[in-house]
Amino acid sequence: MSIVTEKQAKKILTKVLAFSKADECECNLNGQLTGNIRYARNTVTTAGEVSDLTLAVQSTYGKKVGTATINEFDDASLEKVVRRAEELAKLAPDNPEQMPNLKPQKYGKMNTYFDATAKVTPEYRAKAADDGITPSTKNKLVASGFLTDSHTMSAIMNSNGLFAYNVATNVSFSATIRTKDGKGSGWVTRDYSDVSKMNTATASKIAIDKSIASVDAKELEPGKYTVILEPAASVGLLGRLVNSMGQRAADEGRSFLSYKAKENEKNPPKNKLGEKMFDERVNIYSDPHHPEVPTPSFAGDGAPVGRTDWIKGGKINTLRNTRYWADKTGAKYNPTATGGNQWIMSGGKDSLEDMIKDTRRGILVTRLWYIRQLDPQTLLYTGLTRDGTFYVENGKIKYPVKNFRFNESPIVMLNNIEALGKPVRINGNMVPPMKIRDFTFSSLSDAV
Amino acid sequence: MERRDFIKLTGAGVGGLILPITGNIVSAEQLLDRPMDVVMKKQLADIALNAAKSAGASYADARIGRYLNQFITTREKVVNNVVNTESAGIGIRVIANGTWGFASTSKITPESIAKTAKQAVAIAKANSKFQTEPVRLAPVKGVGEVSWKTPIVKNAFEIPIKEKADMLLNVNNAAMDTGASYITSVLFLVNEQKYFASTDGSYIDQDVHRLWAPFFASAVGKSGFKQRSSMGNPVGMGFEYLDGKKEDKVYVDGANIGYNNSYDMVEDARNAGKELQKKLTAKSVKPGKYDIVLDPAHLMLTIHESVGHPLELDRVLGYEANFAGTSFATLDKWKSKKFQYGSDIVNLFADKTQAYSLGHVGYDDEGVKTKEWDLVKNGVLVNYQATRDQVHMIDQNESHGCCYSQSWRDVQFQRMPNVSLKPNQKEDLSANDIIKGVEKGIYIAGRGSFSIDQQRYNFQFGGQLFFEIKDGKIVDQIEDVAYQSNTQDFWNSCAQLAGKSDYRVGGSFFDGKGQPPQVSAVSHGCPTTRFNNINVLNTKRKV
Repeated sequence: MSIVTEKQAKKILTKVLAFSKADECECNLNGQLTGNIRYARNTVTTAGEVSDLTLAVQSTYGKKVGTATINEFDDASLEKVVRRAEELAKLAPDNPEQMPNLKPQKYGKMNTYFDATAKVTPEYRAKAADDGITPSTKNKLVASGFLTDSHTMSAIMNSNGLFAYNVATNVSFSATIRTKDGKGSGWVTRDYSDVSKMNTATASKIAIDKSIASVDAKELEPGKYTVILEPAASVGLLGRLVNSMGQRAADEGRSFLSYKAKENEKNPPKNKLGEKMFDERVNIYSDPHHPEVPTPSFAGDGAPVGRTDWIKGGKINTLRNTRYWADKTGAKYNPTATGGNQWIMSGGKDSLEDMIKDTRRGILVTRLWYIRQLDPQTLLYTGLTRDGTFYVENGKIKYPVKNFRFNESPIVMLNNIEALGKPVRINGNMVPPMKIRDFTFSSLSDAV
Repeated sequence: MERRDFIKLTGAGVGGLILPITGNIVSAEQLLDRPMDVVMKKQLADIALNAAKSAGASYADARIGRYLNQFITTREKVVNNVVNTESAGIGIRVIANGTWGFASTSKITPESIAKTAKQAVAIAKANSKFQTEPVRLAPVKGVGEVSWKTPIVKNAFEIPIKEKADMLLNVNNAAMDTGASYITSVLFLVNEQKYFASTDGSYIDQDVHRLWAPFFASAVGKSGFKQRSSMGNPVGMGFEYLDGKKEDKVYVDGANIGYNNSYDMVEDARNAGKELQKKLTAKSVKPGKYDIVLDPAHLMLTIHESVGHPLELDRVLGYEANFAGTSFATLDKWKSKKFQYGSDIVNLFADKTQAYSLGHVGYDDEGVKTKEWDLVKNGVLVNYQATRDQVHMIDQNESHGCCYSQSWRDVQFQRMPNVSLKPNQKEDLSANDIIKGVEKGIYIAGRGSFSIDQQRYNFQFGGQLFFEIKDGKIVDQIEDVAYQSNTQDFWNSCAQLAGKSDYRVGGSFFDGKGQPPQVSAVSHGCPTTRFNNINVLNTKRKV
């Protein structure tokens, strides 16, 4: 019993709340059923399934909070976990940032569950591995990869009568195919809520083609280049930008969004909300109801989450915050939906291929790797290209080039946009292929 | 690491500290419950081994584990959270038809264990269809019933929560008093109670303790903000690590205080506040070539990334190609016996036996007695890190004992042991002695940003504190420093090592690897070390 129905969840959580003697009580029920397969050196290395159901109970007395969890569901266990949370709450020091539980909320329809994904079998996973292994063996290549599928449920109920429930499915696949001599390497990743959209054979073919095409890479001098970033290449830098848009850090002076007051400025703002920081084509938002990247439309405390525009027309439009910080500063509460910080960057209509055709000189980047922050004030990051980096000239891929280390900021990137293509799903987000001018490569890497 | 394995522990806002937690949240007193009786564990393990053998396994091992964690997080004057977790269960690994199979369960009853063992065998048999070469295990002689315990002095779980929370609040006050604007401090405690049994005839009971007490401070000035994190290390010790003994302090003239086998966290926080104020006005580094002197709390991470990871045999062979990558240190380089990994003063060794280290255990997670071995000797690559099923691939017949799993739930696999740089064997030089010999250089203390390619050639590292060296003396605190190099070039530029009195052990508490990902904790010992003519960048950028 790891995925319980809405009715079952309501029954369990109602019973839990009936045991509560605290001022307030909130309970979360989370179930997961996941499966995976991993392969390397043209053979399956590990495969497994995990199932789990956990109940977390948070009890509050005034500003004192205690939390306890359990994974047994008989009446005695349910009462035990409530008593334990209450004992911990009584022992805890006051938490001045503790907010009262929310009242009942209304949520839009959630389309996060796909039956086909919930029914993925070990045989399906084995075939996904074989889709890389067999053609690689035939082509004298070496395949490695990983597929994981999940079926999850989450439910919240609190002593004010709030109740939220959702079931979701996801599947993600990645493969790295290398030439036997180690001179070429190609990579691909795909993730969907609905597994019927997944084609591991065509995806594996991309990694195979890239591994063959990347053999004998030429050296280009490091420097500033026009780059075509595949969605998998820009998702890491853009995600870090979106995740850095917290209001509290900005208000405290510890963010790239902190406002630097001018001398003698009266009542300066604390943060850069409303300021235009990027090219006007930059629009980044979250939307739990997006058909390609659906997420539950409630936050961890049960607050409803709708579409939120973080960056609109290049301007900082919304900052993420907690209910406490929103209350303290008089701002609107902008929470994150459970299931992660999903975001969507708008783009154009061109495919990656169209963008290559329109490029006179540039570098096509498959992915960026080992991204680490150098300066939180400028969001300067370093990292490397990996698994397929190519020189593009007069609309065609000319030859593979050696991998580069980059030192670049997504703030600079989003001011140097040449073109944005049609967004595709990557790691639960929607990201367009992007052509960026003056992207800074600081050195060469011998890695393949 | 998958999202579901993380819990956000601090109120540091978006992008705050996120840490892996496995297990259920429990009350503090439950962490002190007595571990399960060894006689009982042996009986349950035997059920697993017998069921696996009856189902057709040629080899089986069972790990009955109880994993306890305590995390206390504070911010400025507030205790954000106290979290206690417990996770218990059994993981059963088998070989059937020459193929590995694994299954685990949290239900530690005879019926459930037998069923799980059979499931592991069924998985092995199903996967054997794809097997191209059967598993070959290096021999291990059964050790019978033995036990091992981390040599702790004070069990940190037994210290009252209030005392631990007050200590962290004192740390926060110390940093805020001297110049920090904000600070988050955390105490992590880990206790792995694990029982291993195998069909080789081993029944090994181990009680492993680890502790880490980091802080993250920042200061906001007129022109921006700066950050400084703690200089303490995660360790395989009890609460005694936080005694901050005088004999464990290393004073570098004009620069920082280094910590050896105990840590004065309040003193470090006090210094962090002062150093943050200096950082706000410090001059920016002029990029170029410098001789750099790296303190052990910094160099440990460079060793981890540029020596520890590339010499993991599973990476070298391609098992990690789809995630962490492969390695430049290929088998032909090792076979040549001439591959000059570093200069001839570079001696790097692996072990899981160093006292106070994170890797310190009596036996690994496949029942192999731990030991020490050379990886790079007089600059030449001589060996890798391997497990029982890997050593035959490098023509050896004894496992190195570096198999580990983060919990009973996950399958064990090759993880990095401690990898350390030997100190100067000829002269017992101090950090100050090393700095004295540098004409134009930079001294870097503490770990900062780190990035390295998927084959471990090209890397770039930052740090916490940077000091300009002129004519053998530290003259100024500077900012915006990162150095960039290639692993082989870098280690061949190693010019001078401090001696054994300066040797210190640092580590990484949450090193990630594998799909699905697992974390492990690993230490790296080294002395203060000089590297000549290294490319230094300036990381300041206008946006």
